[in-house]
Amino acid sequence: MSESNTPRQVNEVEAERSETLADEVVLDVALDTADGAMAPSVIPAASQGGQIPHAAGGSVFRQIVTGNAMVSVLSVLLAIVLGGILMAVTNPKVAETAGYFFAQPGDMLTEVFRPYVALVQGAIFNWTGADAAAQLYPITETLTVSAPLILAGLGVALAFRAGLFNIGAQGQIIFGALFGAYVGFTWHMPFPIHLLLVIVAGFIGGAVWGGIVGLLKARTGAHEVIVTIMLNYIANFLLLFLLTTPAFQRKGSTNPISPFLDQSALFPELLGPQFRLHAGFLLAVLATVFVWWLLKRSTLGFEFRAVGANQSAARTAGINVPRAVILVMAIAGALAGLAGIAQVSGTEKYLSGGVAASIGFDAITVALLGRSTPWGTFFAGLLFGAFRAGGVAMQAQTQTPIDIVLVIQSLIVLFIAAPPLVRAIFGLNPRKKKKAAGGPGSGTRPSGKIESGAATA
Amino acid sequence: MSTTTTQPGGGTSAGNAPARPAKTGATELVSWKAGIGLSVLAIVGTVLFGFMSPSKSAGFGIAEASNEGASSVAALVTFVLALLLSVGLGYLWFTRRRSTSGPARSSGPGTVPGWLPASTVAAVVVLGLAALGVAKVSKITLPSAATCWIAAVILLGLAGYTVYLTQAKRTAPRWVAGTFAAVFLIGFMVWIVAGGNGAEPSISLAGLIAGSVTLAVPLVFGSLSGVLCERVGVVNIAIEGQLLLGAFSAAVVATVTHNVYAGLVAAAVAGTLVSLVLAVVSIKYLVNQIIVGVVLNVLISGLTSFLFSTLLTADPDGLNKPGRLPPVDIPFLSDIPIIGPILFHQSLVGYLMYIAVIVVYLGLFHTKWGLRVRAVGEHPQAADTVGINVNRTRFWNVLMGGAIAGIGGSFFTLVSVDAFSKDMSGGRGYIALAALIFGRWNPIGAFLAALLFGFADNLQSVITIIGSPVPSQFMAMLPYALTVFAVAGLVGRSRPPAASGIPYVKG
Repeated sequence: MSESNTPRQVNEVEAERSETLADEVVLDVALDTADGAMAPSVIPAASQGGQIPHAAGGSVFRQIVTGNAMVSVLSVLLAIVLGGILMAVTNPKVAETAGYFFAQPGDMLTEVFRPYVALVQGAIFNWTGADAAAQLYPITETLTVSAPLILAGLGVALAFRAGLFNIGAQGQIIFGALFGAYVGFTWHMPFPIHLLLVIVAGFIGGAVWGGIVGLLKARTGAHEVIVTIMLNYIANFLLLFLLTTPAFQRKGSTNPISPFLDQSALFPELLGPQFRLHAGFLLAVLATVFVWWLLKRSTLGFEFRAVGANQSAARTAGINVPRAVILVMAIAGALAGLAGIAQVSGTEKYLSGGVAASIGFDAITVALLGRSTPWGTFFAGLLFGAFRAGGVAMQAQTQTPIDIVLVIQSLIVLFIAAPPLVRAIFGLNPRKKKKAAGGPGSGTRPSGKIESGAATA
Repeated sequence: MSTTTTQPGGGTSAGNAPARPAKTGATELVSWKAGIGLSVLAIVGTVLFGFMSPSKSAGFGIAEASNEGASSVAALVTFVLALLLSVGLGYLWFTRRRSTSGPARSSGPGTVPGWLPASTVAAVVVLGLAALGVAKVSKITLPSAATCWIAAVILLGLAGYTVYLTQAKRTAPRWVAGTFAAVFLIGFMVWIVAGGNGAEPSISLAGLIAGSVTLAVPLVFGSLSGVLCERVGVVNIAIEGQLLLGAFSAAVVATVTHNVYAGLVAAAVAGTLVSLVLAVVSIKYLVNQIIVGVVLNVLISGLTSFLFSTLLTADPDGLNKPGRLPPVDIPFLSDIPIIGPILFHQSLVGYLMYIAVIVVYLGLFHTKWGLRVRAVGEHPQAADTVGINVNRTRFWNVLMGGAIAGIGGSFFTLVSVDAFSKDMSGGRGYIALAALIFGRWNPIGAFLAALLFGFADNLQSVITIIGSPVPSQFMAMLPYALTVFAVAGLVGRSRPPAASGIPYVKG
């Protein structure tokens, strides 16, 4: 009798304990998955509106603390702390200085913070620089690195808004770069026209590669995640192959690299030759404005968002869903293609096998961090650009491998994608007052503190 | 996530239904897809193999046995067994066929089970290989032009037959596509090899196939992990991360403990850890599973690269010198010519692969547990109604998948190379994903698809050595292109489990 009862009692207790969490998420998920009929959207529906519906009842303080901006900030903070711990643990000097931590705590703390200090120095402002140019060099470097990240991130974000998961930015960047570079080194024309044609070629290249995905999705229903992953590899191998053909390979070179693009096909340097910053960054700003206009002010953007929110409803409302899917993937691909142009016409100045680096994959994290809004993506691109630029300086100065940047970036996105997780870690989970008061085990949970804190506030 | 829906993503069940062609009815529409597809391929084959055929001959080396006496005995025994088996199976197939093709077409005991034709063909192939061993053939040399033309004619004939059948509103039987693929492959191989450098270009067939099986090992483990997860309704993009962390932990733990088997266990644990994050974040916190997978891959890549650059390069002897799992010969079986060295001269991980494929297949399709798992993946509400704990089932399956993929990861550091290096899984997790889709979410199918991709991988490196008319990059592209065709419904029909990618919330 008692033997058969015990597990059930345990289950009941567990069920009740998880009930509070379940209550919060049930609403979100119902909203997000159309009552369990589809995969949850990329950005949780609850956090798209900027406010969590069921947390609205609390005080202003609590709304701020549990809101999305706060979750984003806390996510970044948490990721940086975890990254710091990882660096500290693997740094032998930290272990050394930890031996006399209580005698001289400054030594260990310096060691712990050294990589981050170097990162800030390499990304924003180098206060040890000799003159103003050297001091400001890092921030220009950040902007340079950000440009393709923002452009590709916008491509991913736009597809997200239409409910499509575009993992194919990598391939689209390659195609944009491929088309643009070809125009850039085979055609010879005066400056503004040539650059314009290169940009158009990159736009078309990316649009073609993205459009294929949209076409397959719309016509055959092939899942875009699988198709884009596969097309990334196909584009990469195609690039490697083309770079061995006479049409693309640099004359007299045995390496798989293309000739340099004509001077007339390059983005002008914005701050003179001592900085790498080029007009590709302005292109990124323009693209951000364009995507903002597209999503907020145009009919097409409205259709995209409608398709992303609920395809069946969009179809019922008379929206041509296949057309929207093809178009959104083509535009997303075109934006990523422009990122390829920012690479070949701005930063690299020639085409090589590594032209896309890992921008296409970083773009996914950029779009996620930016919550798929144009300006959010812009600033997320800036942040990750800063991580990239600073990471290079950090690696040079402190021998901390730049891979730590990947860890921090992915942690940020992981936390951003799961707001309840972050709130749980910081004890900020919004919950119903009755449940919190009566629920078993609530006293031991950190969220109890917020309840009292909110009550006093 | 749904891969083939006629209307893009129009709900899961509703969207999938129209894609299924009706099986019955006189006014049934027969798809022209097969006819057109085969015709295009046949024309491509004719142009390549026929009109562009090289004049040289193509040599295919058969491995020469190291142990002459034992080998010939083993070959003879295999030959006799395979002969008996193929005659027996063939007879069974024939009689079953006759009883079903009669006027009373009933789906009673007379129908041919799916395994029968497949195993008959397998037995005949084994018979042929054993015959080569008995006859002590060490090399087959084919005149390329003649072989290629014959292949091209057969291809055209088969395509024409399919078109004729479609015209007559009948679906082409499955053997047509099977034979087409086999003939295409033979023609392609002869064409590729004969186009190589040298007067008499040749490759070692046994070496080629043995290498393919070896390269396929991590793919098989990865795709089995995917099968376990997707069948229960969780999309596992994190296979790449599971392989990579498995490889990393195997290297480190095996070095520290001086025990490769401890490394193997550590790899399984590491894969499970990655799965744990995937399971908690996607099942408990209901985050989009694809996002979690993608992010986990980046995280693991960054983490292992960082630890490699900091700790492993600082002390390679103490942390990154795992040693290797020795290859184990299974007595007698490994003496069989051709088949023995390919199948029965493997490391422990290789044998675990066979076991895993069989266990996962039997488990999923022939046990109560498997039925429950598939129910959860297809219709979680229904499964919940009959008392299955949906999220718990998903949780355990995802963890199990992680363990399997982790073991696959140990292949990199304990079998293939005996040290960890940055990003050494090299995107194989994504190929495993492709194999899983190409194999239609079935363990056996995934296994065969992984073998095919391993073959393409190995062929690519072999033809770069002998030199060939096809650039190696296009060979490398092949698995990915095939997968795009597969998900687009051009090669067969692939339908994922209905609830794959959708979290389940009770209520």
